[in-house]
This record gives sequence, structure tokens and C-alpha cells, in this order.
Amino acid sequence: MAGKKVIGVLALQGAFVEHQAALRRCKAEAIRVRSKEDVKAIDGLIIPGGESTTIGRLLVDYDLGDSIIERSRAGMPVFGTCAGMIVMAKEIPGSDQYSLGLMDISARRNAFGRQVDSFEAYLDVKGQAKKIKGVFIRAPYVDRVWGETEVLSVYDGKVVMARENNLLVSSFHPELTPDLTVHKYFLGML
Amino acid sequence: MAQKGTLAVKKGLAQMLKGGVIMDVTTPEQAKIAEEAGACAVMALERVPADIRAAGGVARMADPTVILRIMDAVTIPVMAKCRIGHFVEAQILESLGVDYIDESEVLTPADEKYHVNKHAFNVPFVCGARNLGEALRRIGEGAAMIRTKGEPGTGNVVEAVRHMRQVMDDIRWLKGLPKEELMTAAKDLQAPYELVLEVAKTGRLPVVNFSAGGIATPADAALMMQLGADGNFVGSGIFKSSDPMARAKAIVAATTYFDDPKVLAEVSRDLGDAMTGVDIKTLAPEERMQERGW
Repeated sequence: MAGKKVIGVLALQGAFVEHQAALRRCKAEAIRVRSKEDVKAIDGLIIPGGESTTIGRLLVDYDLGDSIIERSRAGMPVFGTCAGMIVMAKEIPGSDQYSLGLMDISARRNAFGRQVDSFEAYLDVKGQAKKIKGVFIRAPYVDRVWGETEVLSVYDGKVVMARENNLLVSSFHPELTPDLTVHKYFLGML
Repeated sequence: MAQKGTLAVKKGLAQMLKGGVIMDVTTPEQAKIAEEAGACAVMALERVPADIRAAGGVARMADPTVILRIMDAVTIPVMAKCRIGHFVEAQILESLGVDYIDESEVLTPADEKYHVNKHAFNVPFVCGARNLGEALRRIGEGAAMIRTKGEPGTGNVVEAVRHMRQVMDDIRWLKGLPKEELMTAAKDLQAPYELVLEVAKTGRLPVVNFSAGGIATPADAALMMQLGADGNFVGSGIFKSSDPMARAKAIVAATTYFDDPKVLAEVSRDLGDAMTGVDIKTLAPEERMQERGW
């Protein structure tokens, strides 16, 4: 595709405005994705934090899931934060909710606890010299990876960031801090 | 070391709720319907506002058993209400592990002068407001989320519209003021100066702002979003209607596709009867919940 790459942010529910703002601070073009037509117009997709059951419900009712699965299988980079991680996982222990089933991970919902257990912490991320501040909100973690999935960050013995080729997930919210490291890393996957 | 209860995690949960619908529920069964329909959170109550209005008397925090059963039934965040100024009800709700506390005018106020010091809690609070000054006073006390008040339990969106327009007008006005006028603006708004400076600079509230109080249809929900709401609370409007599941799904879709009239037309079809509305003018002054809060 000629010209500047366009990153879509799935805008069904959740913190999509924050991701758009972070992408723009990286000088990337960011658009809202709410329809199948939108999915055709993008070069990469971020699935934001929010409620994974709400996002799942709307992905089904507005028939977006299959087009995202198709683009992702063809190599389009997809990055899921928090609820986005759940929506991308092949396995969600203890839940039969809808997921896109893109990535070879098992993602456990609300695994760090309820809101009173939400926290901020500094994380080591593979390949990054400096620690990154992670904001974890009713956060999930990855309790198992397989296939080609590579673990990028571990906190308190739990996998909180991982990558499988064109797919990236984090338990935490890089869009809620001024640090653009994780967004730049994702843009580097394009 | 992990830090809990920070402003970033308190405000952050509200950011994750944006673009979503928070539904009032009174039983685990209703909570499951709400979750299945796509609610981003539920408010656990003993009675919805329309029934509180009808019952009269003193409305208090719900029985912890009701709240705990709802927390067990769903995986989405669960909020619960305490009375204005009743910091012990808030302590109890925090110990139950609810995800957000609504210091709410729907319940009978416990203190007619002071609100809860919300900075003292790890659990985040949402509070009602009718204008910018009230919103900033609540944020000054530690609220991590605001909802415009509307008039709860009426199924009439007119007060929700009035309050959202007022907050947005106040913000636009503040944004246009030269800096030397901001101290007097803070005095007039009865709001903390530092927060007035922040709003004047950024042109928005420092926290997420949902709409509440009278939303009964998908069109109501979309109207509030077009007026600038970050999301919607729907109280009596869902479980006082004839087909709660269909209406709940439609209001969720209308909150997402708020600027797409084709989707709004589609989801507005065949929903059965909305809750019976109340003309605000028929309410006696003491029946207006929105007047509660200082």
C-alpha cells in the first residue's frame, strides 16, 4: 500500500481514544474501527482495554470478528491490551465467552484480582533497556503459551506481555502513561 | 514495588468503562442478563430508583448479601451505592471488594453538609454532578469518575440533557477565559482553583464523565453520547421495560454506534414498551433527587 500506514483502533467499547492519542504522539495515523469496511482500510489493529464480554458481544453482533481473523491470518499486526489480550487468546480458562482465538496463549481474566487489587509497577521488557511503567486494572495475565509465542515480560512470576509473530499482547495499559515505548515497538512490527 | 489505589488505577478503570453502559440490577439473574447483553459494569442495588421513589422512606446501602451474590454471578465490574456523606457505608462496600462506589443522591443523604473524603479509600468513587463546579468539588474530594445526575427513576431524559449541556457549556466557557479571570471563575464555580486551571487548559474534565438519570431508549443513550457523555448509566430503564434483554442489547449498541442513525434505527425496532415516564414538573421539590449533594 502506498503512503502512510494506517493503524485502526477497535472502537466498540473501552479506552480507544487513549490509544489513538498515543499513536498520534508517535506520528502514526490512527482511525476508529467499528465496521467491516473499516477493517479493510487498515494496516494494523489495536484492540483496547475495556470489558472483553462487551467487546465480544459487539464483535459478534456487528459481524466484525471474521474480517479481523482473516486479516490477522494474512499477517496484519494486531496488539491487544488487557481486554484486548483476552479477545485475542485461543484459551480463556473458566469462560465460554467469544474470542477471536488468534494467538497461542491461555489468558486468565481478572487474574490479579478485583479493582482494589489494581496496581502500578515497573516492568522489565525483553529488548528494552529501560523499565516500563505498567498500569494494571483488573488485569489478566497469560498463564500458558505454546507454539511460536515468545514471552516478553514477566511480573511477580506471571507473563504480562507476549508476542507471536504479528501478534502482541499486554496485561497492562501503555496507553495510560506518557511512555510511548510499547506503541513504538508495535509500530515496528508493521 | 506494586502501588495500589493510585489515582491512575482509580481513573483508569473509568477509562476502561468508556463507550459502555452500566446497568442497575437487583438480582444475580438480572446481572447475568446485563452481562450477556454487553453491559460494561453493573450497579448492585436492592431496588432500582423508580422503586425507591415509589417506596419512599429512607433509602440506604444495599444488604451486603445482595451485593456479594451479584459479584459472584458476573465477571464484569460491580459497583454499589452509599449514601452521600456516609463514609461507613463506603468502608463496608470497600471491604466487600466492590469495584466502584457510587456516592449517590438516589439514596437518602446521611450528611447534609459534607461528602465522603474519597481520597481515604483504595476503591474508586463515582459521584453525581449538575454543573462543572459540582463536578470539580467532587473530584477535589477524590472522585475518580463523574456522572451527570439527571433525575433518577423517571425514564425522562430531560434533566440528563440539562445537566450534560450545563457541564459542557461550563467547560467551553472556562476554556475561553483569559488566565487572569480564572481565580474569579473558580470562586464563582465554587471549585478548586487547580482543577479550574486544568479544565481551562485541557478543555475537558480531568476524569471520565458518564450520563445518568432518565435514559430509557437507545435514542436517549445516543443523544447523551452526542452531547459529550463518555458512556451511560441506565437505572430503571432496562428492568422496568417489557423486554429487558432486547432493550439492554439495543442500548449497548446505541452507545457504541451513537453517531450512526442507520444502526440506531435498526436497534430501536420491536423493543416492546419502555418504562412509563414521569413528567419532571409533576415532582414536588422534595422528590427531586438531583437537589441532593452540596
